[in-house]
Amino acid sequence: MAFRLKLVPDQTSINFFRLQKYTFGLSAVLMVLSVILLLTMGLNFGIDFRGGTTIRTESTTDFVVSDYRDALTGLEIGDVSITEVFDPSFGEDRHVAQVRIGASEGTEAMTPDQIQTVEAALTEVDPNVSFVAVESVGPKVSSELIRTAVYAVLAASLGILFYIWIRFEWQFAVGGVVAIVHDVLLTMGIFAALQLRFDLSTIAALLTILGYSINDTVVVFDRLRENLIKFKNMPLVEVMNLSVNETLSRTIMTAVTTSIALFALFALGGDVIRGFVFAMLWGVLVGTYSSIYVAKNIVLWLGVKRDWSKPDPDKLPDQFTEQP
Amino acid sequence: MLDIPLWKRVLILGVVVIGLIWAMPNLFYGRVEAHNDALAAAEQAGFATEEQQAAIDGWPSWLPSGLVNLGLDLRGGAHLLAEVHVEDVYKSRMDSLWPELRRTLAEERDVIGAVRRVESPQDQLQVQIENADQMARAVEVARELSSPVVSISGAGQSDLEFTASGDVLTVQLSDAEKAATDDRTIQQSLEIVRRRVDEVGTREPTIQRQGADRILIQVPGIGSAAELKELIGTTAQLTFNPVVGTGSNPDAPAGLGNVVLPSQEDPDFYYTLEEAPVVTGEELTDASPSFDQNGQPAVEFRFNPSGARKFGAYTSANIGQPFAIVLDSEVISAPTIRDAITTGTGIISGSMNVDESTQLAVLLRAGALPAELTFLEERTIGPELGQDSIDAGKIASIVAIIGVVAYVVASYGIFGVFASIAVITNVILILAFMSGIGATLTLPGIAGIVLTVGTAVDANVIIYERIREELRRGKRVATSIDTGFREAMSAIIDANVTTFIAGLVMFFLGSGPVKGFAVTLTIGLVTSVFTAIYLTRLMIVAWLSRRRPKQLVL
Repeated sequence: MAFRLKLVPDQTSINFFRLQKYTFGLSAVLMVLSVILLLTMGLNFGIDFRGGTTIRTESTTDFVVSDYRDALTGLEIGDVSITEVFDPSFGEDRHVAQVRIGASEGTEAMTPDQIQTVEAALTEVDPNVSFVAVESVGPKVSSELIRTAVYAVLAASLGILFYIWIRFEWQFAVGGVVAIVHDVLLTMGIFAALQLRFDLSTIAALLTILGYSINDTVVVFDRLRENLIKFKNMPLVEVMNLSVNETLSRTIMTAVTTSIALFALFALGGDVIRGFVFAMLWGVLVGTYSSIYVAKNIVLWLGVKRDWSKPDPDKLPDQFTEQP
Repeated sequence: MLDIPLWKRVLILGVVVIGLIWAMPNLFYGRVEAHNDALAAAEQAGFATEEQQAAIDGWPSWLPSGLVNLGLDLRGGAHLLAEVHVEDVYKSRMDSLWPELRRTLAEERDVIGAVRRVESPQDQLQVQIENADQMARAVEVARELSSPVVSISGAGQSDLEFTASGDVLTVQLSDAEKAATDDRTIQQSLEIVRRRVDEVGTREPTIQRQGADRILIQVPGIGSAAELKELIGTTAQLTFNPVVGTGSNPDAPAGLGNVVLPSQEDPDFYYTLEEAPVVTGEELTDASPSFDQNGQPAVEFRFNPSGARKFGAYTSANIGQPFAIVLDSEVISAPTIRDAITTGTGIISGSMNVDESTQLAVLLRAGALPAELTFLEERTIGPELGQDSIDAGKIASIVAIIGVVAYVVASYGIFGVFASIAVITNVILILAFMSGIGATLTLPGIAGIVLTVGTAVDANVIIYERIREELRRGKRVATSIDTGFREAMSAIIDANVTTFIAGLVMFFLGSGPVKGFAVTLTIGLVTSVFTAIYLTRLMIVAWLSRRRPKQLVL
């Protein structure tokens, strides 16, 4: 008998709807909480969306953030924020900081003179400092980038919605999209809560989460459709439970392999993309959760037609009474 | 499902082998890159220096030498997004139109009366005439100055619009002409920027038009965006010089005050020119493709008043002589002066087609940037940071692959090995595909590949879980595998199409990091479906026919 690592037993018959009040309630609470966080704390927008300049400094000697700040206060530039960057790979002689300068009124990108002034001032307090990256985005571009980002998320959602609608039923599409909204909201919520930098690459992460989450959801839906045809007279809740149980080992398996890969990147990929990878890791978590606990609940509430042998859109859903 | 015909087997393995061959140069990145650069340089120069030859020999030429382009964030360099102020050009067009208009209207002085220019918006020319009741005649006369728009979309339309109110005649560029002008302005700006950047001779700069009035400039290996801006900001030198003689000897004695310059068209042809130019590009206000009186493609150019004066004086004194147009110490062309050109506008005609006339018009104006550029976005990434990112990305990818492989093998045994081979092949295919189309790999792109490693297993997992289910129902091994593959197909296709949609949206709407990520994600999807479905099936079928297992523990 060969050894097989199994995180999920072969036959599970978990009743995923037994606690649906709690799981769905938890989702709802978290979504509301995310909205509140977004409204109160707001997102920590990177320069892509807010305009401004970031300078990444590297120094061979340790520095004090307040010294850097003092060096820049008298320069009459926009508001300055300085954060020290930590990474296990840096070692003793690498001290990295991220200096962010807000966009000043009326200018597009920062002038080279301004950047030179900033660099000179920092070199004065820390002779060993070098500037490994300077990025500057004007307000004109940043407002466009925001717009494009919103369009991208909307277009992707609509495209996916449309595809599911064609392949399945409208109830499934609604369920899928609610799951998407859930995942996007929760991801933005955690970014607001932890004040992580939210920039263009975060949008890429969001879109990936969309893809991943819906991918998960579709696999469950696919099995659900199959079982609906197979077990015509089984109550909808049971068909759903059966479908989730049948696909559970795959759902967990994929979540684990993806997380292993992402975690390697999170730990070893350097600090430049850490925020990006964090968003995706978090997305795998909420995406997996939402495909098990969110998408199907919506389908359950909306009901689906049970007779898949011939299309009959006028038939009333008959499953509202089947709540356990 | 289980008997794969021979042609299919050959095809599947063929794709994998080709993928391996195409991806291989990336293992020897430095050598191949040196080889490619040296080859390009030698081709341009027409011969190879010893170092170049050594570099060329460093990589066998019969092997593919396509490489994955490294994005700026991995290689270091500068990125600029510039906006071209296309409306600058309208003003200079109006300014240069004024002398002509004044002259034309002056000929009708006894009807129209005196004329004078009045304050107007920048893109208009407003002229007040004395006898307002003769406005109709003034418009009629002025209309002679307009010419048809030279562009595909604006064909048949006039380039100037005349409106009269009271005693003021207003002239402005028509919308069709504005569109054509904008297009030219951007083309010229692109051309100049390209020339400027090429002078530094860094490798493969990206200079593209973005949207209506923007230019994206990415130059790997340049110190900083500030440096790049200085480079672009300087104007090229365009001059018109008298021709003293021609020949094929670059070292010919030029004589006092003369200079020998090569022809741009023909590298073995040299012109001896007077060093002092008659007019310079600074005084050129416009050049556009048009047609001469015989309907042949030509280039029309305009000087500002001072340039027009000098040009007129020289041409009337030198009819029948060649007149060289020199750009950056190369002679673009040396047309013969047919007659005196005193209006400040002239036509360069020769044996050229429409493309060439357009190109020459662009070059003519490529002397100075036609309009001001402002920079909306600047990014400088140091090469050290890029190297750090590559190193970190490499290590992370390898660790990710090892981790995933270990987990999959622990879960599925021999079938896990098959899935792992498929995943590794998949990464190789992504790199091969990117090398083939010359796509750019960025840091988010690496993340995309790592994510693909995680999700590529998914298709195999769906299949294997199906097979497990079938086995649990007590089906025979071969039947289980067959059913597993067949039943899993719809789920795999559906699941991947949704991600594919997200990837495409990112690719078309995204810029920079988003686009880079979308490229690898989308390519990875396609390759992962191929490896998971076809390659794994091939391996499993081979294993089945050799082992013929009575039982399968999955």
